[in-house]
This record gives sequence, structure tokens and C-alpha cells, in this order.
Amino acid sequence: MEILKTINLTKSYTSANQQLTVLDNVSFDISAGDTFSIVGPSGSGKTTLLGLCAGLDRASSGSVILNGIELDHLNEDQRAAVRNQHVGFIFQNFQLIPTLTALENVMVPLELRGETNIKKQSMSLLDRVGLADRSHHYPSQLSGGEQQRVSIARAFSNRPSILFADEPTGNLDEETSLKIEKLLFDINKEEKTTLVIVTHDMGLAQQTNRIVRLKGGKLISDEVLVKS
Amino acid sequence: MSKLSWLIKMAWRDSRKNRLRLFLFTSSIIMGIAALVAINSFGENLRNDVGDQAKELLGSDMRIETRREITPLALETIQSMPGEQSIESNFSSMVLFPKTKQTRLVQIKAMSGGYPFYGKLKTTPEQAGKTFQENQGAIVDKALLNQFKSVVGDSVKVGQVMLPIVGQLNSIPGRATVASSVAPIVLIPRSLMDATGLVQKGSRVSTRYHFKLPPDLNADDLIAANRKLFRKEKIRATSVQSNRENTGEAFKNMNSFLNLVAFIALLLGCIGVASAVHIYIKGKIETVAVLRCLGVQGRDAFMIYLIQIFVMGIIGSVLGAAIGSIIQTTFPAIWSEFLPVEANFEISWDSIIQGICIGLVISVLFALLPLLAIRKVSPLNTLRKAENTKQEFDIWRYLVLVLIALFIVGFAWWQIRALKEAVAFTLFIGFAFLVLTIMGKLLMIMVRKFFPTSWSYLWRQSLANLYRPNNQTLILLVSIGLGTMLISFLYFTQSMLLDQLRFSDKESQPNMILFDIQDAQKEKLKVITSDFQIPVLQDVPIVTMRLTELNGRTREAIENDSTVNLPRWAFNRENRVTFRDSLIDSESITKGKWEGKYTDQSTAVPVSLESGYAEAMKVGLGDEMVFNVQGLPVKTVVTSLRGVSWNRIQTNFMIVFPTGVLEEAPKFHVLVSRTTPETDIDGFKHAVVSEFPNVSVLDLTQILSMVNDILGKVSFVISFMALFSIITGLLVLIGSVIISKYQRIRESVLLRTLGAKRNQILIITALEYAFLGALAALTGILLAMIGSYVSSYFLFQMTFVPPLKPVLSIFFGITLLTVFVGLSNVRGVLGQSPLAVLRGA
Repeated sequence: MEILKTINLTKSYTSANQQLTVLDNVSFDISAGDTFSIVGPSGSGKTTLLGLCAGLDRASSGSVILNGIELDHLNEDQRAAVRNQHVGFIFQNFQLIPTLTALENVMVPLELRGETNIKKQSMSLLDRVGLADRSHHYPSQLSGGEQQRVSIARAFSNRPSILFADEPTGNLDEETSLKIEKLLFDINKEEKTTLVIVTHDMGLAQQTNRIVRLKGGKLISDEVLVKS
Repeated sequence: MSKLSWLIKMAWRDSRKNRLRLFLFTSSIIMGIAALVAINSFGENLRNDVGDQAKELLGSDMRIETRREITPLALETIQSMPGEQSIESNFSSMVLFPKTKQTRLVQIKAMSGGYPFYGKLKTTPEQAGKTFQENQGAIVDKALLNQFKSVVGDSVKVGQVMLPIVGQLNSIPGRATVASSVAPIVLIPRSLMDATGLVQKGSRVSTRYHFKLPPDLNADDLIAANRKLFRKEKIRATSVQSNRENTGEAFKNMNSFLNLVAFIALLLGCIGVASAVHIYIKGKIETVAVLRCLGVQGRDAFMIYLIQIFVMGIIGSVLGAAIGSIIQTTFPAIWSEFLPVEANFEISWDSIIQGICIGLVISVLFALLPLLAIRKVSPLNTLRKAENTKQEFDIWRYLVLVLIALFIVGFAWWQIRALKEAVAFTLFIGFAFLVLTIMGKLLMIMVRKFFPTSWSYLWRQSLANLYRPNNQTLILLVSIGLGTMLISFLYFTQSMLLDQLRFSDKESQPNMILFDIQDAQKEKLKVITSDFQIPVLQDVPIVTMRLTELNGRTREAIENDSTVNLPRWAFNRENRVTFRDSLIDSESITKGKWEGKYTDQSTAVPVSLESGYAEAMKVGLGDEMVFNVQGLPVKTVVTSLRGVSWNRIQTNFMIVFPTGVLEEAPKFHVLVSRTTPETDIDGFKHAVVSEFPNVSVLDLTQILSMVNDILGKVSFVISFMALFSIITGLLVLIGSVIISKYQRIRESVLLRTLGAKRNQILIITALEYAFLGALAALTGILLAMIGSYVSSYFLFQMTFVPPLKPVLSIFFGITLLTVFVGLSNVRGVLGQSPLAVLRGA
């Protein structure tokens, strides 16, 4: 079953009276539970594609169907509701809310869904990422790796159908990166979530089942990896 | 968990690490509301006091007053009025204190009967007010006794009569304490008035009849029933009700000023709110973008910050109202000398509730504009900063702008009670906002276009800071500029009010005036002045006359013509007129030709009118006026209009005749002189008063020192009130600059990390803030000058002359303050570890 489908996605900007196409006619689909990476050099349109797939932005043409919902006809608030119900995010620069503690950051998606008894669930997620004892610390009191672990806990807190990760280890050292990667894939496996990673780290990309390559906004290859 | 409770929870959580920023936002509300509540509470208490003490203010149920000799018909009518009566004759005269042989011009009140019927003459000893008539003694003003080192039991000579001082006068109903510094009072029994020899035919005496009416009789009805007679006889009647209204009217200018202070303080608060929230929200874009990613809807994100602002607005308003109520307790003491009623302190719940509501409204209303932007924050900001995104059309923004304009008009109207002025004020604020925005944009364009590429790095960096992304040029220019404008405007208004009271050219002006000199006394008096080596600078003859016809029409004809709307005093006024052949240095001809000599007896007499008087009388060049000069009609024609500088110590006149007309008319004289520190002033005054008790000597050196003393007190009161707005303005300015630190903090730290020396960063910052501060201050001052000129003309009916020194002080003060606060921002940053800042601590 497809959880994400893009059809002829194009994104253009007008800058200094010039039309700039950053994504050109990109189509692919992803099955539920799959792990998927988008790779390519800087400026190839990876992040733009992620933004469109996650409903953070609107395409100039083409469409995105997420979990059976066509995003193109939804307004921003409707897309926000879709994100809260079906999507999780992990960002390169963590994007924790600086004024909330680690625990509160993890609780926000659940609170938004109106769920109750969320503290226990959130604490167990923090425990899962090894930060139960830092739950009352603010992001500025955590290291980069710790912040990304909170970010992972938050991403899984609303039990998303699909999780988008934008360069999740881009800001971390090698050793921390490896730990974060392992944590991400382990939890993903447990939760059976579809994982979409944008990265230029081929080592990370090769841990997924499928890699699509972008260059100059065009999809140049779509490779399924056979894992032993 | 319900959505609202989650929103409240989020608002609380988010505020935890932003308390300082939110406090800066609150501080501008606190001061603005404090000023509003203090001034409005005081105003309300004062109105209540005037209402409660209305009878004590008048001292009777009704007062009838005339400056003319009363006719038998009028006297019969007055005497036939029911109730208890008391008579008071008022005139100015010199009095002599034999103990020190010193003299002084005072106001004599010769009294008979039981006035005051309400309130009391506060005297020491207490009973003196009731017994002085019976004991044939005088009650002398407290300040006067102190000045002449006299006490109860000493004597005072009033005209020909020596009276024992039986009491010290502490206060009299309806009279502010400060008034006694200018014209101190001596009360004498009316039965001794004739014996003093001071009241002769033609003397300026006003007589008041005070009435205590039977309870079933209404003073206003009684006045209405006799209005025709009163008008004919030039009698002024005052009831408790009309006196209460007049007292309110007397405070109009001061009220306008106080309301302006409150209004400006609050407007400054509004600017503080808008600029603080603007920068606060700018720093929240990333957080909002994350929340949007996690599924928060636009209006919910907006609500989180609206709740914060709302709560801070409540806190600020309540604190402001509390502080305002506390400050108000000091007002009665500060104002006591200037008020004719006893000012009491009471908590004004109306003012407090109004203050809190207004505080809440402005917190939300002025925060809405920047807050609305939150709804439009794209979640895409989490992936990359959205730059140059076009601002979508948002109907709410325009609605809020309209609401802000309506609020300012409405509030200005509420404070000033004049719709035209309120609209004009709002338009002016809008104009100022526009000018400052244009200046800001122009500055950015000019710096970019003419960028001095050859200048040193520090200058280039600081100049580039003015237009680079994340610049603070517009917001600081607008907030500092508006703040400076309002502070300067208030300051200029304050100086204008004070200058109105000040005499100019003190050094070269006459300082002694002798008046009420009869024709026969003049030459003898000149001998005394020459004995004391006092020069006679001017000998001014004064003739009294009334207007009887204007352009061939009598008073009755004009009063019956509804198309002519002349002031009531046009025909009532007893004009004091002089004649001379030339202008004096306080006068200049504004229209027509000065004619100093009258030779052709067949033509109308050419007269010169003061231009303001001519305007009020609606007469111009060529108009004919007939005056009754003590029974003889004199036909005149207006041949010139004069501008007169009234604040000079001169004998100035509305109407000036040429020589050759009034020389033989009954008149009195005024001699104008100038004494030096060597002159024996006391000896001279003593000699004059001994020889001519009716002649008054006005010693301006003595008066000037008192006027200076009073001015000092007035200055203090006005400055104290204006201080509110100035403090609010400074808080807003400091707040704006402090908040801007969050924009510069990372850049400064990055530069530091890249190896910039501490001094280099300080210089870059100082230069940037100096540019901004100087341009904002300059624009603000120029706008304030325009505003002051307009308001001086329309609101205060005065002429505005920009004071150079204060302008320079405000300019350098604001610029330096901006630089100082800007530098202290960076100093704080430089003290921290760059790592902590870069990690967003």
C-alpha cells in the first residue's frame, strides 16, 4: 500500500524577474513501512522535495498524496491537521522549541491531538532515547546529540505513519551520528513507521531500502537496495 | 485537555524564558496607565471637591458684584432681596507697617456682615475672623506679616487710619494660597472704609454683596428674575452653580495640559507595546514554524502569544493603576497652593477601572499588528529561512489599523473633549509615523546607494548594519522618533506655558509704577521722586470711558441685531485709555497709520486699537466708534491697529488717543520709573504713602522676586506632571533599544568569534546606534516643532518660538541615551562566552 505518492511535482520561484525551477516534474511513490532516502548535491532540490511531501509547502504544479489525502487542495490549517495526525519530523538543526523543556517538547504533538495521560508516554519515549534523567532540561542545556535524541522522541510521540528526516546527522560528529542513526532505525523498526530521509551522507542513505537521486531539480535515479 | 487550556499552558511555558522581554513590554504600559490613572483620579477628586465645597468656594448662596457706583434703583433692589446680607468692598492700596516703616501694595477688603456664610475665614487666633469688625481691627495676610516681621498685636496704617492687627489671615473661601503672594489681603471693618480716605470719586472699587438665601429660594431663579436690571447696571451675579462652572473653566488650560500629559504618556506606552511586541514576535518565528510543523493551526499559534500579551497587559494595567493611585496621593500637597478648594485624596475607582480597561485595550490593540503576522508564518521556516516572501493581503491588518486610528481619535477626544483637535492630533501622529517611515527607508536607500567603500571597516560595518537583513533601522527610527517627538512636544508645550508667565527683558525694563495719581498730586509727586533721585520714565495719563456707538449704531440696535455677535463686554467695559503723540517700544503698527496729534477739530478723532481688541470687537480701519468720556460723547475713527507685547512691564492700552483731545478730561496718572539697588525704596514709598495715601506704589523688584518664587512652584508642578510622560518615553526608548539587542546578539558574537576586538565591536555598535539615535531625534524634534506650532495656535492660543537650548539638549540627550543603551546591550553580550550565545542560551 502506498503511503506517499508524488505526481509530476514541480516547484518554481520568481527571483529578480527570473523564473527559477528548483524541482522539475518529480514523480515517485513510497510503500507503507518502507525506508527511503533522497540524495543529491547541494541545491539539487532535496529539501524542497521534502517540504512538499510533508505538506510544508505547495507545489507550483503536480500533486502530493499522503496516506490517501491529496494535499494540494488543502489550506495551511488543514495541512497542519494532516501533519499532526500522520507526520513526524526530524530536522538537521533539531528545531526544538527553546522555551520548552525536553519533556514538554515531546509532549506537544500529543497535546495537540488532545490525548490524555501523555506524560507517561512521553517519559517512556525519553527513556527510550536515553534522556529520562534530562527531561526537565531546556534545549540550550543539552548537547547537539542530546537535542537530536529529544527531537527523535518528539517525532515518534504522535505515532506517525510517515517520518521525514532532513539531514538528521548533518550537525553531529561521526560517533554521535552513528548512535543517532542506530536509534532512529531501531525505533522506526519497532514502530513500523515509513521513514523518508534527506541526506548527502551515502552511508546513512544506504541503510534505507530505497534511494532516489536528484540533480538540478530532476530525479535522475531510483534505486532499490537489496539487503542481505 | 481542552484547546483553550492547552493554549494557556503553552503561553505560560513559552513565557518562562522571556520574562525580561515581556517585562519591557509591560513597563511601557505601567507608566502610561500610572500617568492616566493619577491624572484622571486627581481630576475627578478635584471635580468632586469643587462640587462638595461649592458653597464654601463662594462663601454664600449668591454674590452680586459691581465695579461702578451703585445706582439707587439697583441698591433698592439688592437691599430688598431676602435672606442675610454681607457687603465687601475691594480696592488696592498701600499699607504702612509702622514697626518697620515699610509699605506695600495690598488688596483691602472692607467687610460688613457675617460673610462667609459657608466655610470660614481661617485666622489666627481662630475667633479673629468673627470679631475683627466689632473690635475695629485689621486681619493681615500671613505672608505679609512674615514679610514685614509683624505679629498680631502690632499696627498697620491703612490710608489715614491706624488699625491694630487683631488676626493673621491663613485662608479665605475660594482663593488659592498662591494668590496671596501676588496680592496679599488686609481685611478691615467696612465701617472704617470712609475714614481711611482711600475711596474717592473715580477710585477703582468693586463692591460685593453676599447673600445667605432662605432655603426655599433658588439663587439662579433670583438672578434670572433680575437679569435685565443686572445687565443694565453692569452688575455681575454669581450663584453656587455658576461659580462651580467658572472654577472649572479657570482650570481649563491646566486641565488641557494635564490631559495632554496623560494622553502622551499613554501614546508612548502604545508605541512601547507595538515596538516591543514587534521585535518579540520576530524572535518567535522559528518557534511558531516548529509548532506549525507539529500541526498547530495558525490561529492557535496566534492565540498563544495573544494570551501572553493579554496577561501581561492585565498585569501592567493593574500595576500601573496601583502606582498611579499611589502617586496621586502626592498631588494634593503639590497642588495645594494653586487650588481654591481643599484637595482631598480619595481612591477613584472609576479612574482605576478606566485605566485598567484602557491598558488592556492598548496592550492588545497595539500588539495585534505584529501578532497577526504569526498566523502567516510558514512551517517551511524550519527547513530554510523564508526570505523576501511577499506579504499576502490580510484584511485583518487593515481592520486593526482602522481600529488603532479610531482608538487614538476616541481617546484623544475623551481626554481633550474636542473632536476636531482629536482628529487633528491623530492625523498628525499618522503623519509623523509616515514621515519617520519614509526617513528610515530613505536612510537605507541612501546608505546603500552612496556607500563609502573607501571608509574604514568599522564605519562600513556600522553603516551596512543600517540596511542589511535583520536591520533595526525602521523599528528603532519610528519608535525613538515618535518617542522623541512626543517628549519634545510636551517639553515645548511646558516651556510655552511657563514663558507665558515670564516677563521679558527684565534688566532694561522699568521696575516701579505709581498709580491712582490725581491731576493735582502729579507735580508734587514728581518733586518727591526727584528728591530720591528716581527718574520719571513715563508719565501716563489715563482717562476712563465707555463705548456707546459703533459705526453709527447704538448698543441697543446692535444687541437686537442677531447677525452681529459682539462680546458681551463690548459696551459694558470701562475702558482705560491714554493719549500720546508717539508709540512706545512695546508697540508696533500692524495696519494703518499712526496719528499722534489731533488738530482738525471738524473730523473724527483718529484712534489706534490693539489688534486683538479690534479683532474681538470686529472693527477695522475706518470704523467709527463713539465713546462717552464722563458724560461727553467723543466721535473717533480707527486709523491704526497695533501689536502690543503684553509681557513687558509697561502700561499698555487697548485704545490710544492722539494728543489734543483728552487733556482737559478728568483723569488720573501713572508714573513709570526705574530704581537701582542704591535707591532708598522703602524711604521713597514711605514718603509717598505719608503724603498721598491714595497713591499706590507697585515695586516690581519685590513683585518680580515673588513672581519668580511662584514661577518656581508652577514650574515644579508642571515639570512633575510632565515627568510621567518623559519617564514613559525614556522607558519605551530604552525598551526598544534593549529589545533590539536580540537582533544583534548573534552577529556581535560571531564577529567576536572571528577575532574582532572588544573595542571594535563597541565602536561598530556605537556608530550604528548614533546614526539611528541622531536621525530619529532630529526627525522627532522637527515633528514636535510642527506639532507645537499648530497646538500653540489652536489649543493654547499662544505663539510658539522653538527654544534653542532645550532642542539641542533633547537632540544630544536622546542620541547619547540611544548609544549608551545600545552599548550596554553589547557589553552584556561581550561578557558572555561566545559558545553559550551561539548555542542560543
